[in-house]
Amino acid sequence: MTRFIVRRLIAMIGVMFVISLLTFLLFESIPNGDPARRLAGRLATANEIAFIRKEYGFDQPIYVQYARMMKNIFTGQVYSYYQGFNVVDEVKLGLPATLSLAIGAGIIWLFTSIVVGTLAAVKAGKNTDRLLTVLSMVGVSFPPFFLGAILIYYLGYKLNWFPLGGYVKLTSDPWQWFVHMVLPWFTLSVLFIGFYSRVLRSTILDTINEDYVRTARAKGLSENQTLRRHVLRNSLIPIITLFGLDFAQVIGGGAILTESIFNLHGIGQLAADAIGRLDITVILVVVLLTAFFVVALAAVVDILYAFLDPRIRIAV
Amino acid sequence: MTATASTGTEFSDEFASAGFGEGDQVPAGLGPWRLAWRRLRRNKTALFFGGVFILILVLCLLAPVYSHSVAHISPAAENIAGQGNNCPPTCVSVTGIPIGPTWTSSYFFGADRNGRDVAVRLLYGGRNSLEIGFVATLITMFFAIILGVLSGYFRGILDGVINRALDVIWAFPAVLLGVALGATLAVSGILFLHGTSLLVPAVVIGIVYIPYVAKPIRGQVLVLREREFIDAARQQGLSSWRIMFTEVMPNLASTIIVFVPLILANAILLEAALTYLGAGVQPPNPSWGTMISDGIAQLPAAFHDVLVPGIMLVLTVLSINIFGDGLRDALDPRAKVRIAR
Repeated sequence: MTRFIVRRLIAMIGVMFVISLLTFLLFESIPNGDPARRLAGRLATANEIAFIRKEYGFDQPIYVQYARMMKNIFTGQVYSYYQGFNVVDEVKLGLPATLSLAIGAGIIWLFTSIVVGTLAAVKAGKNTDRLLTVLSMVGVSFPPFFLGAILIYYLGYKLNWFPLGGYVKLTSDPWQWFVHMVLPWFTLSVLFIGFYSRVLRSTILDTINEDYVRTARAKGLSENQTLRRHVLRNSLIPIITLFGLDFAQVIGGGAILTESIFNLHGIGQLAADAIGRLDITVILVVVLLTAFFVVALAAVVDILYAFLDPRIRIAV
Repeated sequence: MTATASTGTEFSDEFASAGFGEGDQVPAGLGPWRLAWRRLRRNKTALFFGGVFILILVLCLLAPVYSHSVAHISPAAENIAGQGNNCPPTCVSVTGIPIGPTWTSSYFFGADRNGRDVAVRLLYGGRNSLEIGFVATLITMFFAIILGVLSGYFRGILDGVINRALDVIWAFPAVLLGVALGATLAVSGILFLHGTSLLVPAVVIGIVYIPYVAKPIRGQVLVLREREFIDAARQQGLSSWRIMFTEVMPNLASTIIVFVPLILANAILLEAALTYLGAGVQPPNPSWGTMISDGIAQLPAAFHDVLVPGIMLVLTVLSINIFGDGLRDALDPRAKVRIAR
């Protein structure tokens, strides 16, 4: 077991290293525009540019620049080339909005999809199932920014039930925080509910045929008890795996579309704005952050699985 | 952005009309493809939405005809002051608000803020969106099949390298990676990929989805290569390449077919998302993504500019998804291949 964990963690660090290296090369060296020129501003003299190039180490070989950038990121000393703010501080500022979005939407999408998926599986083949199937298909076919625009226009602008976007701190006004988060939560959840409920439905339908389910029925459990204690408990494993990874992505700024359309000023929107200006350091930090979250959670999930299922330990 | 691929017995079919029920007679002597076709033919929902998609495709291909013979206006013709030949008195009001749907041949769906005909742009934009979707799907499938088969068949170091590379792409959220690549390529450019070329978003989207297809294919090849018929082929002295092309790949056909609509739907969605974030289709070209984001930029005026392309996009993706779902049931009821986000 220890050997498995060690190997898995080494693999994880390897992937993270390659990700950071590739991201660095992609954003630091390819785009046109010398970062020194960008930092110096429009009216800089050749001397000033040369000074900045030396000061920031842009004249150094690429591997030195990479090491320097990584050191800066880990010590929180990385600055936007474009606007001069500290990127790590800016990420911290965006974190409350992104966390509010992720946690609220996560609860909604997890529970709704469990209910919808179970209902569809229990009613498999009936009209309820068909309706839910089409509804979840509609859910996965909606781009979040289009759904968000519809909600903002009709419920916000026309009916005035909800604000048109923006984020209010939970600590400053809990009710306003809630009102501002309702539409983003809904928008982000719709996509995942559609997907998760489909996955859960087919896993439940697989599990129902297992021997231990027949045993549970044979020993006299009611249909309801069998479903809750035996079928559902086993069918939830893939859903929890998916949830872990998707949740990690949303925290790392993956809900970029939902955050932008509702103007939440979270980590995702920070990245979206930075992309518009080609603000390399900001993109680099957010992309790295997200990728690290995902890779770390994938490793945790694998290790948890190995605990639950000894066969996996040998296979890897 | 998580893909799952697991096998197991599907208890009942997705739309119950698909597939054979308990009492159905399975005719003897029908090949798997004929059986799949029979199952698909019975799934009326899937066929209906397949038809909807083909209708949309044909309409979009007929865009020049509509533009020339019905609306009498080109997709790029701006008409702010209303001096056009077939334009109502003013297409865009003094305050900059475009007219809504007229439901007549010219400006059927109204105008956008530059006084361009939304209906004409919708069809031309659809051509671009669908073209990007198809090209991206082609790129994804091509590389995913090659990488998946190679790493699954040869295993060892090659597998390790390919798998890690796929892990790296897979670790980024699809939208974030797509936006980053798209923005970079649009500015700097490599070879023929630069500026406003439609190939930039197509290639970016194609790359982003490779791991979602390559990983399940690799998993399947890992199982296939242990089967007896592969052993037999090896005993006959067939080369590895020959085995991969003539023995392994035909057995992947149904998986590959199932993935095509899935990737196509997601590619079209991702195009719109990238364009909304400014890293997809660049302005002079119309696409559903550019139309939606143009409309969103001028909210709350002229909501039809968001609604018309948005509904078209959702309808297209929905019909591909439902048809793809039916196709999956018909070809391989036990495979669960899906992609989200």
